[in-house]
Amino acid sequence: MNEPRILMCPPDFYGIEYEINPWMDRRRQADRLKAIDQWTQLKTILTEAGAKIELLTPQAGLPDLVFTANSAIIYKDEAILARFRHPERQKEVPVNQAWFQKAGFVLKELPEAFAVEGAGDALFCGETLFAGYRMRSDALGHQQIGRDLMVQVLPLELIDPYYYHLDTCFCPLQPGVAIYYPGAFDEYGQSTLKHWVPTLIPVEKEEAERFACNAVVVDKTVVTNEGCPKLHQQLQQLGYNPIATPLDEFTKAGGSAKCLTLRLDGEEAAGWKYASGESTKRIA
Amino acid sequence: MQAPTERMPFRETVEVSGHVIDSLILPKILDAITSRAGSFIIQEFTVGQNRTDPSYVLLEVLAETPEKLADILEQISDHGAVPISAQDCNLEVADLAGCFPEGFYSTTHHHCEVRLDGHWFEVDRPEMDCGIKVDPGEKTAICIPMVEVKPGDQIIVGHAGVRVFPEARDQKRRLFEFMGSEVSTEKPKGVAFREVAMEMLRAKEAGKEVLLVGGPAIVHTGSGDHLNSLIRGGYIHRLFAGNALATHDIEQALFGTSLGVNLNEGISTEGGHEHHLRAINRIRRVGGIKQAVEEGLLTQGIMYECVINNVPYLLAGSIRDDGPLPEVITDTLEAQKQMREQVQNVGFALMIATTLHSIAVGNLLPGTTKVVCVDINPSTVIKLSDRGSIQTVGLVTDVEPFLRSLVQELKQLTS
Repeated sequence: MNEPRILMCPPDFYGIEYEINPWMDRRRQADRLKAIDQWTQLKTILTEAGAKIELLTPQAGLPDLVFTANSAIIYKDEAILARFRHPERQKEVPVNQAWFQKAGFVLKELPEAFAVEGAGDALFCGETLFAGYRMRSDALGHQQIGRDLMVQVLPLELIDPYYYHLDTCFCPLQPGVAIYYPGAFDEYGQSTLKHWVPTLIPVEKEEAERFACNAVVVDKTVVTNEGCPKLHQQLQQLGYNPIATPLDEFTKAGGSAKCLTLRLDGEEAAGWKYASGESTKRIA
Repeated sequence: MQAPTERMPFRETVEVSGHVIDSLILPKILDAITSRAGSFIIQEFTVGQNRTDPSYVLLEVLAETPEKLADILEQISDHGAVPISAQDCNLEVADLAGCFPEGFYSTTHHHCEVRLDGHWFEVDRPEMDCGIKVDPGEKTAICIPMVEVKPGDQIIVGHAGVRVFPEARDQKRRLFEFMGSEVSTEKPKGVAFREVAMEMLRAKEAGKEVLLVGGPAIVHTGSGDHLNSLIRGGYIHRLFAGNALATHDIEQALFGTSLGVNLNEGISTEGGHEHHLRAINRIRRVGGIKQAVEEGLLTQGIMYECVINNVPYLLAGSIRDDGPLPEVITDTLEAQKQMREQVQNVGFALMIATTLHSIAVGNLLPGTTKVVCVDINPSTVIKLSDRGSIQTVGLVTDVEPFLRSLVQELKQLTS
């Protein structure tokens, strides 16, 4: 197995400069020094967990560039560049494009008609790509990706504006295992997840609001924001090593640990990075 | 209680693809439709075979009012169900000669439009069971049969960006006031014959051609003279037939028999079974029907009248042909190709006593061309209607009285 590689972007220009989700409020500004401190702590934890951190150069005027999870969907050596719903974030695309190009990824772009916000709304669990739609990404965009990559795509409608990206309410830990917040999905979405993910760990509302599901997974280490003790207990029982780190300056913008990272070699739960047989089998 | 199709006249066809079953997206879409008092008809449903294969569903959404329909469409579009009319057509480059790309749009014979860069363009030469070739630069689209595909042709795949305008059935009622498409031996024939005569005249007045597609029964039943007078009168502008019609017509012209039977006396002639072969042989010896007329060998009959009156004829061969006559096109695809070219200005087609040629020509005609199929055998008419030629009106009747009446009707109408 290759060394885990994670893309991060220092929060030098991070702040609440606009409001594009219910968490954002320009009157509740982020403390930049505190944010830099929290970001650095996260980076240290991930490095200690064995990940190699690669950096995207921050840009003035692009406060959300720190949320690298949204920059692209990674599939093997391909990077499917995000198309953002809001004009505020569309300006991030050229920066992302330049970085992935330089890093040697094969770039793929979606037709203009679709919005798809990178790994924020598209997470592999086993061989299946789970895709969140309605708030930030279009179901049709994910279907296009499924056709191009020839993978199974299961669209999940996000029904609560506070959980506007799939990675705020669903986090695969390994093939066949994931945590999720049921309240972010309708009955169809909940049924689909229960059917396709054999070990599905529900997170309670108050911990979901602490971004419990926005976790970074490196091998058995699961990093989340502080304030998710019940989840951490469950993770420990399942043999994981949960670590809490303060990320409140970033939750002001609607993001947390996972949003601040993009796994460049494929998430731990992505079936395609394993030799066949190791990943989860089809259940139905 | 009325069926949803009657209660809900407002409709839109949408498509949805992907893993719509595994993700419960399809039940979700269908629930969204029914919970908003709409209804749906699944027109096409292809289920992916393997886990990674997407499924495809084409469904018609029905609602009672345009507002309700718009509400439903807005809801389901978020789940990826998009009206096929709201998208440009999808093009794929043909990679093999004589083959469409997989998933090509298969045409009907109805008036059809395709969407390119947000604008709708008419598809030229509507024909059923073809594909649509598009030139995005010239903004043109044309129906082409499979065999004519060349590598590099841009072919429409899927249903998106294609809309079809079927000729309304009530329009047909206007055209043939007294005839439905139902085949019946019980209908009053006189009125129907007059309608056919009027249609022939209307086509002629509109600058369109009347095509006759005929089988050898025209000759066997002794109706040749009626047809001859139609040709002489300028009511028939083009003839499509097989080897048999021409052969037996010439046999009759040369020997007075059709398949060896004397048409005046109705009895078999000694050695008569050889007549049709001798007839073919004579024509072959002079090089063709036209030459036989020019040399004075052929002096009467349907083929003679065609030559003399400059009515173009096309004889398409089949595997059971004797001879055949030199003009018979034995390459089926070549025959199809030439027929396709020649039907472009046909406004009315009269198909008499031939199953094979009627269906072949019916397949080539656009939905706007009116067709009357006359046959003593109802199955021919039914077959043609079942092929989708809904513009076809069938008359189950004997050929001879039909043609005799038609000649009289035309005389009366034009006198």
